[in-house]
Amino acid sequence: MSELNHRELGLTDEQVLEMYRYMLLARKIDERMWLLNRAGKIPFVISCQGQEAIQVGAAFALDRNKDWLCPYYRDLGMVLVFGQTAKDQMLSAFAKAGDPNSGGRQMPGHYGDKRYRILTGSSPVTTQVLHAVGIAYAGRLDGADHVVLTSCGEGSSNQGDWHEACNFAGVHKLPVIFMVENNKYAISVPLAKQVAGGEVWKRAQGYGFPGVKVDGNNPLAVYQAVKEAVERGRKGEGPTLIEAVSYRLVPHSSDDDDRSYRTREEVEEEKKKDSILVFRNYLAEHGILTEESEQELTKSIAKEVDEATEYAEKAAYPDPKDTYKHVYA
Amino acid sequence: MPVISYIDAVTQALQEEMKRDSRVFVLGEDVGVRGGVFRATAGLYEEFGPERVLDTPLTESAIVGVSIGAAAYGKRPVAEIQFADFIMPAVNQIVSEAAKIRYRSNGDWTCPLVIRAPYGGGVHGALYHSQSVEKMFNGVPGLKIVMPSTPYDVKGLLKAAIRDEDPVLFFEHKRCYRLIKGEVPVEDYTLPIGKADVKREGDDVTVISYGLTLHFALQAAEMLEKEGISVHVLDLRTILPLDKEAIIEAAAKTGKVLIVHEDNLTGGVGGEVAALIAQEAFFELDAPVQRLCGPDVPAMPYSPTMEKEFMLNPEKIANAIRELAEF
Repeated sequence: MSELNHRELGLTDEQVLEMYRYMLLARKIDERMWLLNRAGKIPFVISCQGQEAIQVGAAFALDRNKDWLCPYYRDLGMVLVFGQTAKDQMLSAFAKAGDPNSGGRQMPGHYGDKRYRILTGSSPVTTQVLHAVGIAYAGRLDGADHVVLTSCGEGSSNQGDWHEACNFAGVHKLPVIFMVENNKYAISVPLAKQVAGGEVWKRAQGYGFPGVKVDGNNPLAVYQAVKEAVERGRKGEGPTLIEAVSYRLVPHSSDDDDRSYRTREEVEEEKKKDSILVFRNYLAEHGILTEESEQELTKSIAKEVDEATEYAEKAAYPDPKDTYKHVYA
Repeated sequence: MPVISYIDAVTQALQEEMKRDSRVFVLGEDVGVRGGVFRATAGLYEEFGPERVLDTPLTESAIVGVSIGAAAYGKRPVAEIQFADFIMPAVNQIVSEAAKIRYRSNGDWTCPLVIRAPYGGGVHGALYHSQSVEKMFNGVPGLKIVMPSTPYDVKGLLKAAIRDEDPVLFFEHKRCYRLIKGEVPVEDYTLPIGKADVKREGDDVTVISYGLTLHFALQAAEMLEKEGISVHVLDLRTILPLDKEAIIEAAAKTGKVLIVHEDNLTGGVGGEVAALIAQEAFFELDAPVQRLCGPDVPAMPYSPTMEKEFMLNPEKIANAIRELAEF
């Protein structure tokens, strides 16, 4: 990890420990979902693994009481920080009626929760990036000072909606943070075949606002970049594009097999840079995480995930007749 | 009651709703300083300022996508797509997003959005300024599609659309803009979305239509009255959801039904209306249900001879009614 120090960024020891807890919680929920999928208990998983530092670092730099999220399907860490729980995730994974995102209608990872200003999302990529611009514009009409963070993958950043959103937000200097979580693969297609020039952040220059590239395996680097973007946004200075580079540690989804398009050696090499590992070491080096407190943390997260799984497995499915609810035309 | 044009009814509805509700704002290409290429938003920029009458970049998907975000936040955006033909880049936002937001969020989020778009031919608009696009969206649950034919209906239905909690596609026939005039009350009123309207009472043949062809049907009915054929004319006004009760009642009234629309025959609204009548009013029928629609060619050509061939008119409709009357 770089020489960034959390205290210099204005983060307390408690806050960075909390960041680590969210990262680990996201990872453990995700890992449990894979087990449940392989055991035939849930039909589908889409992962955050490898991108927790981006999601948690970014969410910590926002105001969880007024800022908005238009996330994408990997942003488990982000929605946890904003208020969703392990139980919420498991209810979604099991497609139970109590799933706060959709009442069991959507696949896991399709977040949406009005309680926490997380806008409902879909599967076609980057539609939410335009919605973020709309929320920012609506805030301007109201004289509100919220910022909107919207995220997507590097492959998705090639969509027309993404370009239209950056341009629109640039023209009107709207407080939108365009977070591109570059995990180096869009399912099987690597960065080189997705992004001309290989760098998404450089596109910001064309839109007339700042673009930055950060180490997506370092939550402090992400926090710092988002913090600056938030300040710019609140001051009316307009959007920021952030490209956070990490790695997708698992296949695209539970239905994918990544052995057909990348080597095990490559994956093993990237695992050494896994943010969970790197940040754990940082906290240990700074005396924030001791052997004892780490054990305690691991135990409490395991318990939280166990309880959430058990609860969700037993929870009721939606009534079949709920298929006809919320239909108006 | 004052007599105003179809497009004035659009402008009045927008102006009055913006005045009534500060959440309402309009956005689109050239809607601000220019007041719209058809002048539908004329005067709004001067009255409400650049923030509530927003000139957007030339990006249809963004016009709709930004509106969706604002609507979810709590605003009442009225998006203008300059020509219905140009709505295609926004289809993903309309069909995958706006139409599904309430459903997919289990009622947590709503999308109170109106998308206005001028459609239809007869204006020398050629392939890409003449299309009827309603069948692209018809049958997408989660969308309401309003297609009024008179200034009175335009004003009442546009106000209702703006006050609706869910997304409404509001298609305005551009040939009607200055051609069609009618009485419109001064006081505030709305009309219910999803309700058809009998525009003429008759006993021999029922014509079911909407938009410009509704007026052609009324003219045809006028001509045929002199020949002793009494024509009943039902204006659908909303094509999604259909007013099933009114359609069945109108079909039963005469037992002979002609469905008329400018959109192409195949896949058009007429097919759905005919199927409904076949299912629900079969024993009331005295003749097979007929459809008279735009031909199944890719689009309306520019040359006046070919444009005329594509477009319907009162004579074509009168001929179709005569045939049915004689059946």
